[in-house]
Amino acid sequence: MPNDQSTPGIVAGRLSADQIAKNFGDLHPPLDAHEARVAADRCYFCHDAPCMTACPTTIDIPLFIRQIATGTAEAAAKTIFAQNILGGMCARVCPTETLCEEACVRNEAECEPVQIGRLQRFATDTFMAKGGHPFTRAAATGKRVAVVGAGPAGLACAHRLAMKGHGVTIFDGRKKGGGLNEFGIAAYKAPGNFAQAELDWLLAIGGITVEYGKRLGDDLSLDDLQKGHDAVFLGIGLAGVNALAVSGSHDGLASAVDWISALRQSKGKADVAVGRDVVVIGGGMTAIDAAVQAKLLGAETVTIAYRRDKAAMAASEFEQDLATSKGVRILYNAAPKSVGKEGITLARTATQGGKLVETGETLTLPADQILRAIGQTLEGAPGVLAIEGGKIAVDATGRTSVAGVWAGGDCATGGEDLTVTAVAEGRDAAEDIHTSLTGGA
Amino acid sequence: MADLRSNFIGIKSPNPFWLASAPPTDKEYNVRRAYEAGWGGVVWKTLGEAGPPVVNVSGPRYGAIWGADRRLLGLNNIELITDRPLEVNLREIKQVKRDYPDRALVVSLMVPCEEEPWKRILKAVEETEADGVELNFGCPHGMAERGMGSAVGQVPEYIEMVTRWVKQNSRMPCIVKLTPNITNILYPAEAAKRGGADAVSLINTINSITSVNLDTFTPEPTIDGWGAHGGYCGPAVKPIALNMVAEIARSANTAGLPISGIGGVTTWRDAAEFMALGAGNVQVCTAAMTYGFKVVQEMISGLSEFMDNHGLTSVDEIVGRAVPKVKDWKDLNLNYVTKAVIDEDLCIKCGRCYAACEDTSHQAIEMGEDRTFRVKDDECVACNLCVNVCPVENCITMKELPLGEVDPRTGRKVEPYANWTTHPNNTAANCG
Repeated sequence: MPNDQSTPGIVAGRLSADQIAKNFGDLHPPLDAHEARVAADRCYFCHDAPCMTACPTTIDIPLFIRQIATGTAEAAAKTIFAQNILGGMCARVCPTETLCEEACVRNEAECEPVQIGRLQRFATDTFMAKGGHPFTRAAATGKRVAVVGAGPAGLACAHRLAMKGHGVTIFDGRKKGGGLNEFGIAAYKAPGNFAQAELDWLLAIGGITVEYGKRLGDDLSLDDLQKGHDAVFLGIGLAGVNALAVSGSHDGLASAVDWISALRQSKGKADVAVGRDVVVIGGGMTAIDAAVQAKLLGAETVTIAYRRDKAAMAASEFEQDLATSKGVRILYNAAPKSVGKEGITLARTATQGGKLVETGETLTLPADQILRAIGQTLEGAPGVLAIEGGKIAVDATGRTSVAGVWAGGDCATGGEDLTVTAVAEGRDAAEDIHTSLTGGA
Repeated sequence: MADLRSNFIGIKSPNPFWLASAPPTDKEYNVRRAYEAGWGGVVWKTLGEAGPPVVNVSGPRYGAIWGADRRLLGLNNIELITDRPLEVNLREIKQVKRDYPDRALVVSLMVPCEEEPWKRILKAVEETEADGVELNFGCPHGMAERGMGSAVGQVPEYIEMVTRWVKQNSRMPCIVKLTPNITNILYPAEAAKRGGADAVSLINTINSITSVNLDTFTPEPTIDGWGAHGGYCGPAVKPIALNMVAEIARSANTAGLPISGIGGVTTWRDAAEFMALGAGNVQVCTAAMTYGFKVVQEMISGLSEFMDNHGLTSVDEIVGRAVPKVKDWKDLNLNYVTKAVIDEDLCIKCGRCYAACEDTSHQAIEMGEDRTFRVKDDECVACNLCVNVCPVENCITMKELPLGEVDPRTGRKVEPYANWTTHPNNTAANCG
């Protein structure tokens, strides 16, 4: 008998392959040309636009939207790529509701921002569909830079350095590049193997070599990298995941990050096993991504248990609504206590005098699968680097405590852990590296 | 429901909304549909001489410009007068008028500038029992190249001559339709009056090229690789038409000459504005061509609601109400001082007022750190640009400074009315 939603345990094939393919289609379907023109027309072309300030990469949003409105989507894409070479991915994964679109003055006017994210995607998709690369590489400088990590920070840094004529080698511990774009974010945000397509497109600038399967600490040392290169940039992300401090044991307990990573690498998703009753522990984007995807795979019940209240949740209101609209239940003020055959037992909590306390009440949820998404930690950072709050300490231009070594993205201090922030940090570090390699400050 | 009945130069219609002579009124089928939809009157598409009918292009006849979401703002056409046989049109006019006796039916005419052809066609039209004729001295394309349409309308002497022939050879009320493609609308209007016209109607369409195709470098609309100028109409031309109507209504030589207002009338409000500036009724074309005949129902209900709200019992009470307020620049009060005021509660902080004022005007708006925008009264000349570029209605308004208050920009007290004619800087005023 084939599996269905009520089949006990962690199994694949709870839904038909067709249904799963449909469930993992584009979260926000692309705008067609007419829709884009209509959406673009809503932009007021604000002076010193708040959306632009809210964008970590400071894309000139009013300008690119006006370029779309006047029928020049490729010029719009160039405006975007000039600030954010991963503008295509950011258009798909940015939490625009807390960034540019939150700042849009149309919210004041009619509680509905200009659809900046979808317009950005329209422009970048139009450009990328036509083929070609928006920038030309400057004459080779003879300088060599090592970039560790082929995630958003590393790619943005490598691209900007290559553009300026430097020779770049990217090292990545995995067999594929893209970092969280490839292994982390929810599949329905970037379907169609977009992360790899974008990576190939980005490398078309030239001057960048990628070496996969080379992990810092195992296969590479910072010392060697420094000896062989004029500068080093670290964009190594947060490779460690926090453990769940609960009593008991449960066969279905796993890291949400690992489960999502495996899911991302599955082509059709129909072979990905998922529990009948899934409980996700955590309150960030990873928790939402894991829960929603578990539901899309056909889990019968999916619950996110978060120890604090709704307002404290790191995942945005939009993401919370997305999860509940897909049938995920979000249980606030529920902290994990123990796991066992019966599932997971959670303690009810409350905030008293600014402190989170357990109320004494508990509840037990049946669970075949428990996914922990309670944060990621820095792992494999070279010991010589100063660490601050669990991250590599950097200044505003990405310089670490070690001369000649820069860092950016999730592994470094500064900014939120977002793709777009990583891009900004990688790009800015590249500018500073360029300045220092060419005799500047 | 207000009484919308209209009596324009003795032609009665249940409301002041007529369809203009144009493609929508080219044949019986359309005109019947228009009357059924509620139009008060129709000016039948221009008839020419008997004989071989005119020939139209079989490529595009219309070009357009659009606003947001392809809202049509301006339409251009190169269609000629009716290309159907004269006798067919006359037969249909007679039948339709018989079936709709309460609706106005005026026939537009265009024949060469000779008395005989005018005599012939007037006799033929009289037999249809139509309510009147409109002389098409306005169409700027095609027929003008053959010495008709705007070619006549641009020569006041011809207007007067032909109008006189029409009045001498017909008992029908005569409306002269004017072209805006002239230097001063008063010359043709005065000529029509001298010729004995019962009314003028305006504006006809404006010479125009709507756009250029940048792939083929051809003007639009394009006929087999070439384009010719057409006549422009629709919402975009309304301000031009309003001014010309007002000029005729307020000029001593033409005051009192009935006017049928035409030019971008799209809603009841447009119609009321034309009437306030002196039009006895209005004629509509582009709105019907864009949305269909049903738009008249909004015009009827809207004008009715407006009249009820203002206690008006007849459309004639609207006609000319704004005319005494239209003046020459020299008459304007130079001592009138206003200042822009930004309502911070309504402001959405887009900063367009700031960009407009800072870059292109008087640097009279300051931007606070939290994007609050405030008018600097000591710099504001009250140009109104901020009001015009603000996307929020009523967010920026103009506040009048009362008499005696000091204008922080000039340091002078607001004085009573005085205009340029008595201003100390006016050397012409002081030389005597």
